Amino acid sequence: MANPVVPPPAYMNNPVVKWIEYRLPIFSLLNHSVGTEYPSPKNLNYWWNFGSLAGLVLVIMIVSGIVLAMHYTPHVSMAFNSVERIMRDVNYGWLIRYVHMNGASFFFIVVYIHIFRGLYYGSYKAPREVLWGLGVIILLLMMATAFMGYVLPWGQMSFWGATVITNLFSAFPIVGENIVTWLWGGFAVDNPTLNRFFSLHYLLPFLIVGVVVLHIWALHRFGSNNPIGIETDGPQDKIPFHPYYTIKDMFGIAVFMIVFAGVVFWAPNYMGHPDNYIPANPLVTPAHIVPEWYFLPYYAILRAIPDKLLGVLAMFASILILFVLPWLDTSRVRSGRFRPVFKWFFWLFAIDCVVLGFAGAYPPEGWWLTIGRLATFWYFAHFLIVLPLLGWFERPRPLPRSISEPVLGGGRMATAGAKPMEKA
Amino acid sequence: MATSTHSAPGAAGHPDEPRRDFLILAAGAFSALGAAAALWPFIHSMNPSADVLALASIEVDLSPVQPGQRIKVMWRGKPVFVDHRTPDQIEQARAVDVNELPDPESDARRAQKPEWLILVGVCTHLGCVPLGTGPTEARGEFGGWFCPCHGSHYDTSGRIRKGPAPKNLAVPPYTFVTDTTIRIG
Repeated sequence: MANPVVPPPAYMNNPVVKWIEYRLPIFSLLNHSVGTEYPSPKNLNYWWNFGSLAGLVLVIMIVSGIVLAMHYTPHVSMAFNSVERIMRDVNYGWLIRYVHMNGASFFFIVVYIHIFRGLYYGSYKAPREVLWGLGVIILLLMMATAFMGYVLPWGQMSFWGATVITNLFSAFPIVGENIVTWLWGGFAVDNPTLNRFFSLHYLLPFLIVGVVVLHIWALHRFGSNNPIGIETDGPQDKIPFHPYYTIKDMFGIAVFMIVFAGVVFWAPNYMGHPDNYIPANPLVTPAHIVPEWYFLPYYAILRAIPDKLLGVLAMFASILILFVLPWLDTSRVRSGRFRPVFKWFFWLFAIDCVVLGFAGAYPPEGWWLTIGRLATFWYFAHFLIVLPLLGWFERPRPLPRSISEPVLGGGRMATAGAKPMEKA
Repeated sequence: MATSTHSAPGAAGHPDEPRRDFLILAAGAFSALGAAAALWPFIHSMNPSADVLALASIEVDLSPVQPGQRIKVMWRGKPVFVDHRTPDQIEQARAVDVNELPDPESDARRAQKPEWLILVGVCTHLGCVPLGTGPTEARGEFGGWFCPCHGSHYDTSGRIRKGPAPKNLAVPPYTFVTDTTIRIG
């Protein structure tokens, strides 16, 4: 796999590095993971920045979270005040909490873009199905972590969000009520619930780190997909990850940090709900309760279906369906660039997800309920009807012979029919 | 630029080399500064917070403390010994030849008013609380305090006389607000 044009890095000749490397080959591991020895397709565009950005946000969340946990008290009578103490008394506590709070939102922004990148360029297709599935597991873990983290400040939205979400499990027949009681550790969301949510909120990010390692491992098996979606042919199609993509990722990180800092310093509560600055009150439910913005589309699906159990199942199914996406999409062409019809359906699906988000934010009445139902139908239709059929009926545009060809020109174009993609 | 990196990275005498070294050093130094600045809030958040600092001074009413009586009060999470000394104890503390002590310090420097001795009740060896404040507790060979952890003996001025502790019991900063009230810290 070594790229012939890049010599080994100079630090490999350092005697201390050599001594350690001989006993623990960690330098070559790093170099093969994100260094000069990791050849990447040379045509990656900026949509490929969001994987490393997600990794960065995960680190920011863990670091700020560990510091917050040093000042937080997971007890129903002290949690809210301990968060207020962080905001007022702890040195830079306001900054660390706003970083953590908005970091959750930005984690989802980055990961959603990362997922839609994969959807458009067909990154989930063979041989990257496991890579994709691990990503879906990361998304599920993120959602559980974010939900439990939102409960910790013990405001009104924390309490009632926890009540509503845990009650989802009561929809299951026979054992539903028992599951909910077990989740609560009592007969309502109370101190045992808060304690266990804090424990799990601290645990899950490290599970995410573990799955991220597997995700990157699976990524390195075949390398990154690319905007053209055809496999790289040889060294002429690749460039070493370092310095080319490390520098590109750093540029992306700088841009991201400007936006992130802008929100943290100038609009830290823009994505939150004022109701969560009211201490939890088990006797009064807020007039209008909604989840954080990143859960709104799922919330819309939940409310679109006029049956408790089916609504819950549809909501879970909306994410679980991503696991089988690689087999629902029957087209052998990966990149949306060469799929003239898919391209339109992709954007329609993206708009559908945004519409679901709005439908989730408004009370489920009148037009918004109808719109939510249509959008829910389309969400599943996209996966279950459109993608399987498109593979048969769509005529893809001709694929280039290699990654280099569209850049360097010359050579004749081969049609997709004449040159099918290699299948694993 | 990109092509020259390909052909000869680090090749001696490359015309771009001083410029490239400067860029790498400047970018590296700038990133290091940025990283340090970003790290500082996290480190500083572990220093005492505003509410902890607000509790850093206390007032103690001395009027109920009888001569010969010692009490403990809490200051910054640590015990402070307040000793209303008898003339005997004062005499005992002042009769010592200061130069022969392990940590030479005169009693007059340790007590603003001779009858009131104020000490941080933390052994200077490894941080235990010495015995001797309660009426039934051991006071050690010099009638002051005795640390049960590793056997340090303190005299009636709270000075180390025997045992592993290197220093005298610390005197906290305090002022007499009135004749019978002190503010510690």
